[in-house]
Amino acid sequence: MTPKKTDTGLDPDRADFYSDLLRQMLLVRRFEEKAAEAYALGQIGGFCHLYIGQEAVAVGAIAALEKGDFVTGSYREHGHALVKGTSARAVMAELFGKVTGCSRGKGGSMHLFDAENDFFGGHGIVGGQIPIAGGAAFAAKYKGTKRVSVGFFGEAAVNIGSFHETLNMAALWGLPVIFLCENNRYGMGTHIERAAAVENIADRACSYGIAAENVDGMDVLAVYEATMRAAERAREENLPTLLDVQTYRFVGHSMSDAAHGTYRTLEEVEENKAHDPILKLFQRMEKAGMISKEDEDKMEAEVIAEVEDAVAFSESSADPNPEELYTDLYAD
Amino acid sequence: MPTMTYRDALNQALREEMERDPDVFLMGEEVAEYDGAYKVSRGLLEAFGPKRVIDTPITELGFAGLGVGAAMAGLRPIIEFMTFNFALLAIDQVINNAAKMRYMSGGQFTVPIVFRGPNGAALQLASQHSQAFESWYAHVPGLKVVAPGTPADAKGLLKSAIRDNNPVIFLEGEMLYNTKGEVPDGEHLVPIGKADVKREGSDVTIVCHAKTVAQAIKAAETLQQQDGLSAEVIDLRTIRPLDVETLATSVAKTNRVVIAEEGWPFAGVGAQLVDTIQREAFDHLDAPIIRVTGADVPMPYNKQLERAAKTNPQRIIEAVKQVTYSS
Repeated sequence: MTPKKTDTGLDPDRADFYSDLLRQMLLVRRFEEKAAEAYALGQIGGFCHLYIGQEAVAVGAIAALEKGDFVTGSYREHGHALVKGTSARAVMAELFGKVTGCSRGKGGSMHLFDAENDFFGGHGIVGGQIPIAGGAAFAAKYKGTKRVSVGFFGEAAVNIGSFHETLNMAALWGLPVIFLCENNRYGMGTHIERAAAVENIADRACSYGIAAENVDGMDVLAVYEATMRAAERAREENLPTLLDVQTYRFVGHSMSDAAHGTYRTLEEVEENKAHDPILKLFQRMEKAGMISKEDEDKMEAEVIAEVEDAVAFSESSADPNPEELYTDLYAD
Repeated sequence: MPTMTYRDALNQALREEMERDPDVFLMGEEVAEYDGAYKVSRGLLEAFGPKRVIDTPITELGFAGLGVGAAMAGLRPIIEFMTFNFALLAIDQVINNAAKMRYMSGGQFTVPIVFRGPNGAALQLASQHSQAFESWYAHVPGLKVVAPGTPADAKGLLKSAIRDNNPVIFLEGEMLYNTKGEVPDGEHLVPIGKADVKREGSDVTIVCHAKTVAQAIKAAETLQQQDGLSAEVIDLRTIRPLDVETLATSVAKTNRVVIAEEGWPFAGVGAQLVDTIQREAFDHLDAPIIRVTGADVPMPYNKQLERAAKTNPQRIIEAVKQVTYSS
């Protein structure tokens, strides 16, 4: 059966699904904007890496997964936790360092964890999470489950040993893992041209004989579909995939650099903002008659309320007790 | 009680724990088809098959991290490093992920994993293959560090390490693999964190672990015969968590301490022990504590130089004479 499609490429039967993707992206966007405000107010400390501009990647990819699939992320992972099922309250409270945070205030922005939702972190060492994602896939296969593991990392991580070591083992042993490179073109302030001898990251997969795709990371449905293909390959055939998902961050690397910094021009940032993934999906849905401005306003209001609630919750939450300094270190 | 080598005791522990728990698997370089670089895993591939005894490429960081992820997802990996010299390549995963995972996730993720393999020097393997790493790992909260010196302790501690719900660094010794001793059959478990009085004495406490255990016992016997000095030998067995009570009790009895370890002196295990002992047993000390360590240089290749760089019973004897003012 050919799916019914409008000229927007959208399936009229899946309006709710698109609407859900839109809402998730909007939640991540508003959450991150609020985190930036809270950071400026000194309510959030340390490093804080925002996901603004890249929302389609986490949202599209995680939408393609099933409950029980594993997700492991880098330090730019607020969005991944939110989309994987951690509440805005638990993520924001973690950024605030409160005991109600998803890591009880001990992890912070770079170390969000949620065992219940199979969210394996939140990792601050570039590339350090890639073998972890491979290990979750190894366990899935060992136990004979049909679970899939997705490891998210930035394009700067493809030059580090852990990337190559894990791709090699995953190919060698047939692990159900998706290596999802969020290629925002800059490793901190270093453009990929200045860091990678081979710029097309998908090309790296041929060294290990694994499938790879270049994906438009500003198009949430393209990310969703590519991840679906990769997840099926993992689930049904125990085969890994490398996805080179091309995206762009509209804000600085962390809170210490301005939106465009010294390493890229304001014009470049503005040009990329024209490809805003949220706006893009909204416009497509609007054209297909699936959403109205009023619907979007309503969605916007709901999302803002959720984020405001998360902030209020975080502000009113307690710090961990001083005794918590020494808890959670060793298991019995 | 059967007598067996340290190597076979480890093999027995692996075999028993793999039989006991299907979530336990062994992964590392040459552990399967080659039967282990030092034959510790001999016969395990045949017994448990390639699903549970897995040869890896030479990719220490990768398989150490893969083990951590597998542990987070519910398995109990045993990661063999062909030697701990190569584990330096994996130390980011051991420290940043294995050791910190439970704490930084607010207690959500435990990492029940054993990183094991030979540690320290063998014979004439020169600088890059002859380093003792216990103080490196013992520095890190979240890790347990175990270094057995006898076959019985090797078996009992490895079984405990595999059952432990935390990352355990299990340091073996290439020079210990062929040593023999009595090993209890079956369920022989030695608790992690418990030192052992290997020899009772009253004049001095010699604190040792792993390779220096046999040296300390030999030194104690010689001191008894030649000088009439009664040395108590405390085998730490576990470096972290440290059995402070056993140490303090012994020092209260002997009032004098010599610490012998294979590693380098600066910020070594002995440095920590000196700190602990002076705080816990200050009033009992009759002499400054003396440390016997490996020389503060990379390990030289030349036989004579290598011998000069290593601890031995004679150096322990000299240290005992010094702390007992009997030289």
